[in-house]
Amino acid sequence: MSANEDRQRAASTRTAWLLSAPALVVLILAASGPLLIVLVYSFLSPGDYTGVQRPFTLEAWQSILFTRDIFDGTLQLADAHLSIFWRSVKLSLLTTAITFAVGFPTAWFIATRPAKSRALWLFLITIPFWTNLLIRTVAINEVIRNEGVINTLLIRAGLIDQPLRIIYTDTAVLIGMAYVYLPLMVLPLFAAIDRFDMKLLEAGYDLYASRLQVLRRVILPLVKPGIVAGSILVFIPSLGAYVTPRVLGGGKNMMIGNFIELQFGQGRNWPLGAALSMTLLVIVTVALLVYVRAANRDRSHG
Amino acid sequence: MPNADLYDHGRAAGGWLVNKDVAVEVRNAVKAFGQGDSAVRALDDVSVDIRKGEFFTLLGPSGCGKTTLLRLIAGFETPTSGEILLDGKDITQDPPNRRPVNTVFQSYALFPHLTVAQNIGFGLEMQGRPKAEIAAVTANMLALVQLGPMAQRKTSQLSGGQQQRVALARALAPQPKVLLLDEPLSALDLKLRKEMQIELKRLQLETGITFVFVTHDQEEALTMSDRIGVMSAGKLQQIGTPREIYTSPLNRFVAAFIGETNFLSGKVEPGGVRLPSGDLVEASGTEGRSGQVTLAVRPEQVRLTRAGEPGALAATIANWVYFGTDTHCHVTLSDGTQVVARLQNPASGESGLERGKPVALRFAPGAAQVLGD
Repeated sequence: MSANEDRQRAASTRTAWLLSAPALVVLILAASGPLLIVLVYSFLSPGDYTGVQRPFTLEAWQSILFTRDIFDGTLQLADAHLSIFWRSVKLSLLTTAITFAVGFPTAWFIATRPAKSRALWLFLITIPFWTNLLIRTVAINEVIRNEGVINTLLIRAGLIDQPLRIIYTDTAVLIGMAYVYLPLMVLPLFAAIDRFDMKLLEAGYDLYASRLQVLRRVILPLVKPGIVAGSILVFIPSLGAYVTPRVLGGGKNMMIGNFIELQFGQGRNWPLGAALSMTLLVIVTVALLVYVRAANRDRSHG
Repeated sequence: MPNADLYDHGRAAGGWLVNKDVAVEVRNAVKAFGQGDSAVRALDDVSVDIRKGEFFTLLGPSGCGKTTLLRLIAGFETPTSGEILLDGKDITQDPPNRRPVNTVFQSYALFPHLTVAQNIGFGLEMQGRPKAEIAAVTANMLALVQLGPMAQRKTSQLSGGQQQRVALARALAPQPKVLLLDEPLSALDLKLRKEMQIELKRLQLETGITFVFVTHDQEEALTMSDRIGVMSAGKLQQIGTPREIYTSPLNRFVAAFIGETNFLSGKVEPGGVRLPSGDLVEASGTEGRSGQVTLAVRPEQVRLTRAGEPGALAATIANWVYFGTDTHCHVTLSDGTQVVARLQNPASGESGLERGKPVALRFAPGAAQVLGD
């Protein structure tokens, strides 16, 4: 190889690094850096009023699962923490399931409209994004609270005597999250269904498949990329949801997001907040790995 | 329908009195798309009997209703009125998955997430056949369409011709009573199409399954079919063997659509048809006709002779086109009518054609036919 070629290659390598520099800077400063700080904080002790101080300790990580008895100093399983984790995972899974159940027919409907009206339907789906999340959540509150729209109408219609108690329950959080995250499920599903060749439906029916079999054996396997993408897009933000459980769940029905906020706020336990944040990250990563692997295994087995 | 009474009688007796040789019977099928005044009749009162084990072709230009008729038989559409019978049983209201009829789609519509073998076995699997049977039939089908080594491939890894074979095997595997083919060869290049024509005919003979084949390609229809139904504007114009359709077209549409034809207008007179040039031409089909009619003569039935021959039509050579095996010679009659004559090329020497040269025309016996309206 000539010296000339060497020089040229060195130059192109330099250019490549220079060109990717902005992205690298953003990645280091905005993603890895803060994450590293959070990781370090989780191994420190709470500051006297706020923030963190030395010494390094595993106390925060320990207190995710255990509480130290005030009197005898023994460790006990922290039931309250576990129930928050469990509620978060459960509500997020249910939210994903509900958005799929509602979103799939919606996406199918839009994808089967004539090309002209499709844009309008997609536009309607995305309109809620224009409104602040807090406002939308408060609007849901207005609908489901004891003196809200639903209860007023039901009582006026004479169907119930007492207002249905929905607000400040897990159901309220579920309704709110399903409403807020529905577009995130519909859009990737629409993209997948839009690519689906409708001739395959006829081929399926022609080959003796019932409607259900066509759905299971032809449609679902082929729109799976959309289902996977939509589920991930809904599940992850659900798990870290803060505003919705705060407004609709009241103080008691906390999710991980609220619990973390509590540590950085009133709790004044930044290391625990940091450790919880890392735990959330781990839960999401593990859930994604399990989910994506399961989805891929299905595919390879037809 | 001459035997409508027989059917009615059979129905009254609690059973069908059915012609055992008929696989599919379409009775007065009408399919209208749209509502009210803007409704378009894609099928306008079509009746046809498709016999068991025959290769029946629906031939016509695009938009003539041939694909609609096929979709009615498959069950993808229900007729606005009329009935469809399979083996004498009314299946008009049955959904496609309850009809022992399979389709080869124009775009093949293979399942992209399944392998070749899984595609072929799909119909059997949906019928709930045992695994061993599915495997055996799939292996047979793979051998039948010569795709054995491709069994585990995804369909996207196959060439167009191979995908076509998979589509065929998939539709044949459940052993349907009737196989419907919707312009299956139109996406293939010419050479492959010729091969597949032979292949299709072989498959049809080997399996003995009734084939209903839709095409707009008249040559395809003539070479492959046992019988052809020529369609136009939602109506069946003529049903017959390829020879019947070609040699005795019932009307101008059929004559023009199948092969090339010279049309001559004239008046019916005793002994033939009098052309505007004053010549009297012998023609078949004049019985019961009078007044102005249209004569059809195939170019290969037109002979050129020396000018001035008695009984021949005087003409002059206008132009000619050399085609290798033959030459298409355009001549003008004395009244200005253009006629094309297809002349076999001599093995050697010149054809002796010259622009403006006076010649005479003669039609082969029985070649000139009076067309219906």
